[in-house]
Amino acid sequence: MRPITMEEVELRRQEILDTIKDPTATHEQKVTYLARHAENFMTVLDEPKELDALMRCGQEERCICNLFEGDAPYRPRYITPDYPKFLRQGSRFLQLDPPKDLFEALNSLMILYHNVPSITNYPVFIGDLDDLLAPYCEGLDDETVKRALRLFLIQVDRTILDSFCHANIGPKASRVGLLLMEVEAELENAVPNLTMRVSEDTPDEFLLAGIRCALRSAKPSFANDAMFRRELGDRYCIASCYNGLIKGGGSYTLCRLILSNIAKRAGSIADFKEKQLPFVLDVMARYMDARIRFLVEESGWFESSFLVKEGLVDRKNFTAMYGLVGLAECVNLLMEKEGKTCRFGHSEEADRLGVEIMEIIDAFNNAHVNPYCEVTNGHFLLHAQVGLDSDHGTSPGTRIPIGEEPDELIDHLKNISLFHKYFPSGTGDIFPVDLTVHRNPAYVLDIVRGAMRMDIRYLSFYSSDSDVIRVTGYLVKRSEMEKLDGGENVRQNTTGLGLGAAKNCRILDRRVR
Amino acid sequence: MSVRAPVNRILPFSAVDGPGNRTAVFLQGCPFNCLYCHNPETIRPCDGCGACLAACPTGAIRREGAAVVYDKALCVMCDACIRACPKSSCPRLRWLSAEDTMAEVRRNLPFIRGVTVSGGECTLHREYLLELAALTRAEGLTLLLDSNGSHDFARDPELTAAVDGVMLDVKAWDAREHLRLCGRPNAVVLDNLRFLVQAGKLAEVRTVVVPEEMDAALTVRSVSRTLRELGGAGVPYKIIRFRPMGVRPAYKHFRPPTGAELDTLEAIARAEGMEKIVRI
Repeated sequence: MRPITMEEVELRRQEILDTIKDPTATHEQKVTYLARHAENFMTVLDEPKELDALMRCGQEERCICNLFEGDAPYRPRYITPDYPKFLRQGSRFLQLDPPKDLFEALNSLMILYHNVPSITNYPVFIGDLDDLLAPYCEGLDDETVKRALRLFLIQVDRTILDSFCHANIGPKASRVGLLLMEVEAELENAVPNLTMRVSEDTPDEFLLAGIRCALRSAKPSFANDAMFRRELGDRYCIASCYNGLIKGGGSYTLCRLILSNIAKRAGSIADFKEKQLPFVLDVMARYMDARIRFLVEESGWFESSFLVKEGLVDRKNFTAMYGLVGLAECVNLLMEKEGKTCRFGHSEEADRLGVEIMEIIDAFNNAHVNPYCEVTNGHFLLHAQVGLDSDHGTSPGTRIPIGEEPDELIDHLKNISLFHKYFPSGTGDIFPVDLTVHRNPAYVLDIVRGAMRMDIRYLSFYSSDSDVIRVTGYLVKRSEMEKLDGGENVRQNTTGLGLGAAKNCRILDRRVR
Repeated sequence: MSVRAPVNRILPFSAVDGPGNRTAVFLQGCPFNCLYCHNPETIRPCDGCGACLAACPTGAIRREGAAVVYDKALCVMCDACIRACPKSSCPRLRWLSAEDTMAEVRRNLPFIRGVTVSGGECTLHREYLLELAALTRAEGLTLLLDSNGSHDFARDPELTAAVDGVMLDVKAWDAREHLRLCGRPNAVVLDNLRFLVQAGKLAEVRTVVVPEEMDAALTVRSVSRTLRELGGAGVPYKIIRFRPMGVRPAYKHFRPPTGAELDTLEAIARAEGMEKIVRI
C-alpha cells in the first residue's frame, strides 16, 4: 500500500463531514457514501503510472473515469444471480427451503435481493420474472396473481432504493408477463427497470402490451433478443441501465473513456487515431486489469460470498465492461480541428468518423486479453455508458446530443443503427413520444420491429407527459425530483442523479417524437 | 412517361395517418374549401403570382420565367411564404413522379408498414396514385388514401382495387350544412361511405367536430348507423376535436368542442354499434 499525505487525509475528512451533514441524503445514502469515502483511503491497486494524469485531474481534462467504483474493490460491480437455481434449491445461508407456492417464491426472492450486492449495494438484476414465476402462478386466477405481484413490486420499489435494478420478460408472450405489465402500468413506479426481449417470435399483441405499459410508466424498454443471443448466448440478461451480461455471473468493473476530452489532447484526426486514443485505451485496459486482479485474487469475495458457495454465481461467468461516453462531442471537436463544420448525427462524413473511431476501439478490445474474462473469450465487452449527472458537454455513449437530434426520427435511427452493434454489454436510445401515439401504439411497434431488423440493440420510449421518465438509462419520477429540488430528502438515490441530469444534461429537453 | 403530382410535403414517419407507422405524402390542391381547414395552404395550386418571393428569408423560392421555383435544400420550413400567400396556396411544391416518391419512401424502410397519400385531395391525381400503388405493393407496403370523398370510387374500380383502403372524411351529414361548411355538396361523399364499406376498402372514417357550425350528433349518428347496417361496425371511427392551429384568421374563432360534448358523441357512436371509436 502506498502512503497518502496528511493533506489528502484532511481533504477526505472534510468530504466525510459534508456527507454526515448532508440534509438531502437519507440514512441509507449516507452509509453508502461513507463506505465509499473509507474505500478511497486505500491505495492497494497496481495502477498504471499514467493513470493519475488521465483520471485524477480536473473534469475538463479527464479522459478516464471509474464511475465511483472506489480504490479497493470488495465486490463485483454488477452481480446477476441464477435465480431459477435459487428457487429450485433454496438457500442454506439464508435458511430458506425451496418455495412451494407464489407467496413463498416472492418472499424468498425479496430476501435474496436484500443480499445481492453491487456497486450501488442494491441488486442490479432481479430475474426473468415471467419465466421465474410462471410455475407458481399455475392454478391461480388473474386477480390473485396481480395482487401478489402488486405487493411484491411495491416492496421492490420501496426497499431497493435505486433504479439501477432490472427485471426481464420475453421474448415469448406469457400470462405472467402480461399481468406484470398491467400492474406496472397502474403503479407507475421507478423501480424496477424492466426490459422486454423482442424477437421475431414475440407476438405483436405482447409487444403492444409492452408499448402501452411504456407509455404509462416509461418501461419496459425493448431489447434486440437475436442480437444479444448471437453475441452472449442464451444465458444473457439485461441488468442495471441496459447492460447485457451473463446470468450466474456479472461484471467485475465498468470504467469509461471520455472521448470528448481525449479529442482535446489531439492536434488532428490522425493524431487522435494514431496516438492519443490508443494511449488512453491502453491505460484504461491496464487499470481495469488491475482492478479485476485485486477483486479476484485478493478481496476474497469469490471465496467468501454465499452466492458463490451456493452456486448462484460462478466466477467464470463474470466479465468486465469497457465503457465510453462522448463520441458525438469527440467527432465534432475533431472536425473543428480540421476546420470542418459538419456535425455528428447530421453529416455522413461526421458519422463515418464516428464509425472509424469505434472500429479502432473495437479492434483494441478484441486484441486485449484478461485472464478472468473467459466467458467472453478473454475480452472485455464494450459498453456505451449512459453518463453521470455531473457530465457537462459529454453525451452518453454514442448518443446524439440532446437539442441536436435530427428533425426526422428516421435520420436519428439511421445514425443509431451505425453504432449499436459495437456494444454487447449495452447501449440504448430514448425517445419521448407524443400523447397522440397512445391511440396508435402500433406506430411504436413498427419502429421497434424495424429497429430489430436494422441491428439496433435497445430502445426506450416514454410519454412526453408522464410522471415516470427515463433519465439516461434509469427511471425517476418527476414528482420526486421536484421534492428533492425543494430541499427534501427522497428515498431513491437515482432521484438525485436524475435531478443533476435534468440541470446539467438537459434530459427534459429531448425532441419529442 | 410517368405522371407527376404536386407534392407539398412528405412526412417520413407519421403516427396519425392510418394504422402503425406510415410515410405520409401530402399533395397540393383540393376541390373542397372547408372553413376550418387546418392546412389551407394546400387547397389551391400555386399560380405563380410571386407574392411570396420577397417573404422567403433563405432564397429557397425564386422566379424562373412565368413559374415560381422552389429549392428544398435551401428551405428552413419557416412558413413565411404560406403567410404571404393571398390565395390559400403554397410555393413549396415539388413535382414528383411515383418513382421519385418511392425513392424517398424507401429510405424509411423497414420502419414503416405503408404509405398514406393525403392532401389537399389526393384523388385529383389518380394516375399518379395508380403508379404509386403498384410500386408500394411491390415493396410489400400498403397504400392508403386520405380522401374528402369527392372522387366517385364506385365508378373507378381500377383505383379502388389498386389501393388497400380509403380513410374517408365525412364532414357533415346534412347536405346544406356540408355545402356551407365545405363549399361543395356531399352526395358523392355519402355514396362513397356506402360503396367503400361494402367493397371492404373503408380503412377509417373521420369527422371533425366544430360545435356551432354543424350538427355533429346527426353526423356521428348517421355515419355510425349506415356503417353498422352495411357490416362496417368494426371500421375505426375517429371523432376529431376542432383545433384552431393553422386555421385561416377568419375562422380561427370557431370553438373547439368540450370533453363532455365529445363524450356525448362517442356515446352516440357506441350506441349505434360502432366498435372502434378513437377520439383525437
